[in-house]
Amino acid sequence: MDHSSLAGRIFRGIALALVLVFFMFPIVWILLMSFQSNEQILRIPPRLLFEPTLANYEALISGQLKTAAGNLQLTFMRNLMNSFILSSASVILALLLGVPAAYAFARFKFKLGETIAFTLLSFRFAPPLLVLLPLSLYYQQLGLNDTYFGIVWVYQLIALPLILWIVRGYFEDISPDIEHAYRLAGHSWREAFTRIAVPLAGPGIAAAGLLSFIFCWNNFVFALILASADKQPVTVGALAFVTASGIQYGQIAAAIVLSVTPTLLLALYAQRYLVEGLSLGAVKG
Amino acid sequence: MSMAQLVETQTAPRRTKRWRGRLLPYLLSLPALLVCIAILVPFVTAAIYSLQRYRLNLPYLRGFIGLDNYIDFLSDPAFWNTLRISLVYTAVTVIAELLLGLGIALLLRRPTRFHNAVSIMLLLPLMTAPAIAALMWKLMTNPSFGILSYLVGLLGVHDFKWASDPSTALFTVVLVDVWVYTPFIMILLLAGLRSLPRQPFEAAALDGVPASFVFFRITLPMLAPYIITASLFRLLDSIQQFDIVYAMTQGGPGDRLMVFQVQAYLEFFQYTNVGRSAALLMILWLITNILSNIFIKNWLRLRARAHGHA
Repeated sequence: MDHSSLAGRIFRGIALALVLVFFMFPIVWILLMSFQSNEQILRIPPRLLFEPTLANYEALISGQLKTAAGNLQLTFMRNLMNSFILSSASVILALLLGVPAAYAFARFKFKLGETIAFTLLSFRFAPPLLVLLPLSLYYQQLGLNDTYFGIVWVYQLIALPLILWIVRGYFEDISPDIEHAYRLAGHSWREAFTRIAVPLAGPGIAAAGLLSFIFCWNNFVFALILASADKQPVTVGALAFVTASGIQYGQIAAAIVLSVTPTLLLALYAQRYLVEGLSLGAVKG
Repeated sequence: MSMAQLVETQTAPRRTKRWRGRLLPYLLSLPALLVCIAILVPFVTAAIYSLQRYRLNLPYLRGFIGLDNYIDFLSDPAFWNTLRISLVYTAVTVIAELLLGLGIALLLRRPTRFHNAVSIMLLLPLMTAPAIAALMWKLMTNPSFGILSYLVGLLGVHDFKWASDPSTALFTVVLVDVWVYTPFIMILLLAGLRSLPRQPFEAAALDGVPASFVFFRITLPMLAPYIITASLFRLLDSIQQFDIVYAMTQGGPGDRLMVFQVQAYLEFFQYTNVGRSAALLMILWLITNILSNIFIKNWLRLRARAHGHA
């Protein structure tokens, strides 16, 4: 497969350049926009060289937007905070629920375990609204509507299958003999689990946790249906912000940059595990 | 297994402990079971709703009507529009992403440092929330200052309305979907390509077999399980597309992009027709369920390959 002919190499070079431009340009452009004032953004033709301003970020962080029509309150930082709370809480809960279950599924072959594992997997692919719409009616009766707990509970739909299947794969890759030897030395299964199995599967558990965090953060439809303004994460908040602020394009760009930065950084950090996570453990990178 | 039982009998000779050992897997998976039940309850509820006349604004009319919600769809042009646009959207995005993803994976096949850096950079769109990605493209396609509107203007295409014109709306949303999800196919196929055994390729190179023959007769067949799994992943997500369409156009202009979940969402929240919304989602579930059964078979095979022979 070594295309060492000159024409082939030129073709591949051009193709790669086009690919990079298509996939990177939107991110770079929005980043540039976030440092421009509205007047600079509206200028035609657009300029690559401009006097950068931090005003957009200042407005978002201070929560005050001064416009000709007066002061506008921005709740964007609240949304950012909500995203952190919801995603972290969901991942912690999913790890507490999922890691022991993943261990059970990997070590003991039992019918109920397989049923649970596959039910969760098949609901990963069912239309989320099918569960969400009836749930929103239940939540109203139970008073769970618009509570962090209610949203975190539903986020298990995203995080739990991911953690269950990835961590299960890691446990399966560890030979049970080590744990058996440890237990023969007179330790309980709980000690074998916490001192041998979990540390050995550590990288897998960390990767599954990071990925779940990214997917919870990026989720849109769950919170759109179950959360009102003061519990909304950035995905829903950014859309509401666009509707509310209308023409404050610089701030919209800055809000987009702030919303995606955490997940992009995490993704770069965890990139080694992304292949495995995205395929729910079916493909190793 | 037998080893585990052996350990059990040796370290825990007393009956109570053995009994607890047998119970252990169930105790460990209890929380996951609870979540399962919590998902299944609303699911069953939705199935029941779909058989009812149930409007939130007219609660006293609520009652069992059998399959009427479904039968009504047969003569409802809005339903056929939804089915058609969902299928078109799915077909176009999956085919485009598969071809593009495969192409890029082949370009990046050799694990050089530059290729690895490119493949990591391509992860960024995939890790952007789809709803936010839609907003990014909305800014870039804004008719008054959007850079893309400006660029197509330079090419002589003026007044290109992107998502707000019925004739280009689908193209625009597909473009965003391709931007976000092509890297998904690319990254799975790249991992697949790099895991292929080298002998067949070396043998073909020794025999001077032409590149096209190598590609169609060796690379593609060996990559097939990865291609099938990646495409089914995308197929299942694509037919349920909500985030991008909703954030970009809310199903518009008109009903041009009324895909299943957007239609069901509006049916529920705008027209408060719970019965119809549930019936729509049940039909979508039926489609995805068939697909996901095929998917899980292929996925299990790949998974066994990744973990079983480790």
